[in-house]
Amino acid sequence: MKSIPLARLGLTLLAGLLAVAPARAQDAPANCEVPAYLLTTESTLPKVEHAVKGGRPLDVLVVGSRSSSISTSEGSAWPLRLQAMLKQTLPKVPVTVSVELHIKKTAEEVAAGLVKLVEVKKPTLVIWQTGTYDAMRSVDPEDFRAAVGEGVVALKEAGADVVLMNLQYSPRTEAMISAPPYLDNMRVVAQQHDVPLFDRFTLMRHWNDQGDFDLYSASHGLDLAKRVHDCIGRALAKFVIEAARVNPAPQN
Amino acid sequence: MTSIADRVAGPPLADDADAAARDAAAAPVALPAILLSAGAERELRLDLFRGLALWLIFIDHLPNNILTWFTFRNYGFSDATEIFIFISGYTAAFVYGRAMLDVGFVIATARILRRVWQIYVAHVFLFTIFLAEISYVAARFDNPLYSEEMGIMDFLKQPDVTIIQALLLRFRPANMDVLPLYIVLMLFLPFIIWLMKWRADVTLALSVVLYAVTWQFDLYLSAYPNGFWAFNPFAWQLLFVFGAWCALGGARRMSRVLSSPVTMWICLGYLLFAFFVTLTWHLPQLKFLMPKLVEQWMYPITKTDMDVLRFAHFLALAAVTVRLLPKDWPGLKSRWLRPLILCGQHSLEIFCLGVFLAFAGHFVLAESSGGGPVLQLVVSLAGILIMSGMAWIISWYKHSADKSASRKKGAVGNADMAGGGS
Repeated sequence: MKSIPLARLGLTLLAGLLAVAPARAQDAPANCEVPAYLLTTESTLPKVEHAVKGGRPLDVLVVGSRSSSISTSEGSAWPLRLQAMLKQTLPKVPVTVSVELHIKKTAEEVAAGLVKLVEVKKPTLVIWQTGTYDAMRSVDPEDFRAAVGEGVVALKEAGADVVLMNLQYSPRTEAMISAPPYLDNMRVVAQQHDVPLFDRFTLMRHWNDQGDFDLYSASHGLDLAKRVHDCIGRALAKFVIEAARVNPAPQN
Repeated sequence: MTSIADRVAGPPLADDADAAARDAAAAPVALPAILLSAGAERELRLDLFRGLALWLIFIDHLPNNILTWFTFRNYGFSDATEIFIFISGYTAAFVYGRAMLDVGFVIATARILRRVWQIYVAHVFLFTIFLAEISYVAARFDNPLYSEEMGIMDFLKQPDVTIIQALLLRFRPANMDVLPLYIVLMLFLPFIIWLMKWRADVTLALSVVLYAVTWQFDLYLSAYPNGFWAFNPFAWQLLFVFGAWCALGGARRMSRVLSSPVTMWICLGYLLFAFFVTLTWHLPQLKFLMPKLVEQWMYPITKTDMDVLRFAHFLALAAVTVRLLPKDWPGLKSRWLRPLILCGQHSLEIFCLGVFLAFAGHFVLAESSGGGPVLQLVVSLAGILIMSGMAWIISWYKHSADKSASRKKGAVGNADMAGGGS
């Protein structure tokens, strides 16, 4: 058993590869179903609830990094998909989503400018997508947690609701970018400060495992990115409405 | 490569030279009391669990592998890294502690340093393979969804800086953090053993103090391009020193405590608690069962600084294992466990091979969209078979191919090849 020739092993490997590859080759149509537990949160969004119930403008500010955009097709990126979905679900509420991208900035660098941003824009809700750049630069997770925590406190004190969004699930770079410490720390911050955490990572991994998307794809096309962002926008809209405890139409 | 651990106490298929050495080791008259417990018989349990740790590290390094559900990091706080570092501390102290008595501090230190050099070379070798894999991915992969994440490849634009930093152990890609930790720990081994021979308990206490200071003042080693060592040596040294302390008599002195039923119940209770906590990570539906206060007190359980909860989990696991698996358990001689034991006996080689196989396996899985469960199973089993086969070949070299040489050079000459500390 220990002395199996390498050649035979290689063949076995190859056979396994051939057997599995065709089954996964074509993408299933994106139905991107979202498990309910990823859309529920104990934390609430009182400011959003207030705005929606009063029919007042709902201004959403997305603070994010490159992964909140699609470089040649901004309109298909998730922030604008979120806007479209919110408008569709809340027809009586004027919804605007604006985006502030901080490319190649750590959470600490972004957190420093958050208060100013909120003072200028006065958003009802800030969706802060972070962690990727910190993970890539392997910033000390403790420092990362402190920075995100300070940012969340500043946003809340400035009068906005906050939703945190974590990293993308990126299987190709898994061996190079160590996501878990940053995922864990974002979860901790969300718990400590009682803000909803939109678990983009688990969600995308779920889609990949279900075969909705082939996130390993080395494709040069935009199609996959657009469909994934569309699904994220949809899921996030549901998540925000769920967290704000406003039921536009009885769903349950 | 005759490891001196094997010489001190040969494995079952020991040749004559090993047997002779075993006899020598069995005469503890001249040895100070702290070494008395290092009996003549090789601790097969150590090899078994180190082999197991190597297999599990390999499996855990294959992302999205269905088999990771069989590795126990999913059932508690600690994982295979703790076992590996503890047993490494144990065997290193056992082997080189004896060498220090036999041939003195200077020569034993020289041997340890040679061992450090071997580990360093192994690390650089693995880095080369990693670089090749990354370069390939960087050249081919272009998915607009991940344009941010692909920025991780930027270091390839400055190969001069990157390679120098890798040689300085400051640039260490994911999955390549264990060997640098090991290198640093081994560098301090002469000092640790020297201190232990003076006062073993004081050494352990100093180690605990260093651990506490690390937590209090946030000591760490910086890394390139920035960040920190993913396994903080200031914290992880505790496990290594604790292993050394056990090897140099601590284990025997603890045996009273270990055999008490109270200890056993505490350990089992803690393991059960850890199991339920980890369960809530995997089944977010169960999260409501966790009181928020407990969560806030407990999280995050850091691996970088080896959280106390992790250390305690390892201790509990070790205590239960030692209790359930007696030293003279006949299964240890069974041929079914032979591959594991062989892997554990050649841990440096097999560890490196495992890291390499994890790269290769990750590559195969990624090229087939993550593979299905079947392919994951095939890749994992193939890796384990290759590791076992290689361990068998190394052991064959040692016992057959190098036999004449080892006879000629005699016991001390072989010790210079010092494979045993790994």
